[in-house]
Amino acid sequence: MIPLVTLTDLEIRRDGRAVISHAALTLRAGEKLAIVGPNGAGKTTLLRAIVGLERASAGRVTLFGETCGTEAAFRKGRRRIGFLFQDSDDQLFCPSVVEDVAFGPLNLGASEEAAREVALEALAALGLAHLAERFTHKLSGGEKRLVCLAGLFAMRPDVLLLDEPTNGIDAENGARLRAALAGFAGAMILVSHDDGFVSEFASRAMVLREGVLRAAEIHSHPHFHAHPHIHPV
Amino acid sequence: MRFAPADLRPRLGAGGLVLVLIAPLARPGPALVALALVLALYALEGRALPWRRLIHLEAFLALLFLTLPFTVPGTALLRLGPLALTDAGLARTLTLAAKVTASVLLLSALFADTAPEHLGGAMRAARLPEPLVRIFLGLVRYLALIRAEMARAQEAMRARAFHPGTNRHSWRAFGWLIGRMLMRALARADRVEEAMRLRSYTGRLPRPLLPPVGAADHARALALCAPFLAILIWELAR
Ligand SMILES: Nc1ncnc2c1ncn2[C@@H]1O[C@H](COP(=O)(O)OP(=O)(O)O)[C@@H](O)[C@H]1O
Ligand SMILES: [Mg+2]
Repeated sequence: MIPLVTLTDLEIRRDGRAVISHAALTLRAGEKLAIVGPNGAGKTTLLRAIVGLERASAGRVTLFGETCGTEAAFRKGRRRIGFLFQDSDDQLFCPSVVEDVAFGPLNLGASEEAAREVALEALAALGLAHLAERFTHKLSGGEKRLVCLAGLFAMRPDVLLLDEPTNGIDAENGARLRAALAGFAGAMILVSHDDGFVSEFASRAMVLREGVLRAAEIHSHPHFHAHPHIHPV
Repeated sequence: MRFAPADLRPRLGAGGLVLVLIAPLARPGPALVALALVLALYALEGRALPWRRLIHLEAFLALLFLTLPFTVPGTALLRLGPLALTDAGLARTLTLAAKVTASVLLLSALFADTAPEHLGGAMRAARLPEPLVRIFLGLVRYLALIRAEMARAQEAMRARAFHPGTNRHSWRAFGWLIGRMLMRALARADRVEEAMRLRSYTGRLPRPLLPPVGAADHARALALCAPFLAILIWELAR
């Protein structure tokens, strides 16, 4: 079977400096790949390169078996990829939640009625039906992230790219996010600092350090674990 | 507003049309009647005049109101040294002031209680140009974020003992602040545009599904426009 995403000897330069060098990666159907690394290692840049927001100075990006070099080629691949941004405010630009979630399906050619239908379904599937008519700029951080995810699911992607999905999200919405991602059958690349989240979802991991991507192992060992709790008295 | 269409689309249309009908008025008489009509609407509805908004507006126009009576050629009514207050100048100023005030009061009555997000939907439903709608919606969506960013930046400056004064250091600090806000707004705009492209945006914003405009609203829109059309006809028929 053809891999969904392949990066071959990829180099990304920014301000004359290589931010990513000689990166190689293959993502196959159903795989959940975690990419970990310190801040500034180039994780966001790598995800952006996959969807063509960042252009390679050397190497290749192949999406669904087609090598992408032009905006047109990337545009075709992007239809099947959902990219969850680090800052949800960048991603939610429509006034109301249901309009925002319907934005993608409409762009893919759905009629107004059908797009609204799909949007309401996507919201309901994430337990967000009650937010449909709310204004996007009045949501909490966690709600914004989930609505963004609903907007991606409404386009029925085969691949999800998640950039620090649990950052700045409260416990309750975090649980919803986990539940939603657990139910996603497609492949995903997951950038996260949240070790618990990575070990829960990832089937494979890679480490990115100073622009160099290497395979890594996920292992878990038993822990004696203590953390402070706060209970109402 | 009881006299305006409840649906935002005919309300937007009627408001726009009334502005177009007021704009060509060139004599103080019709302009003042138009203003009186708008004031009558306020009185009928028992709506308070938006004084703050009016004061902002008139202060903005003060310079024009101060110079216009002296600069339009006509018969001199009053001489102040080299300056002459002319009858034509006074008439022009009065006309302008009445038109501007009537327009702002009307818009305020029609839209002051409307959430701007809903107005954006009505603009799209009314098929106004896409770039216009996008600018409006972008403003509505991101104004709160930009305000919060500005407030945070100013707090950070104050937390480091910054006291604005009329000195070089203060002006330079404000310059940086404004420059930084602009850079951040531009970067934000780039990221939003990227997010739109990633969701296959090709230049068409979703248009909300709205039921057709009811007959009562059509009637209200017509009733709102009719007197202003009469005033315009009076103006043109002199
Ligand atoms: N707009 C930009 N222009 C130039 N360099 C950038 C820009 N954005 C990020 N970088 C640089 O690229 C490197 C990788 O950034 P990024 O991919 O955001 O890292 P991560 O997501 O792993 O924290 C960093 O060294 C950063 O300084
Ligand atoms: Mg990052």
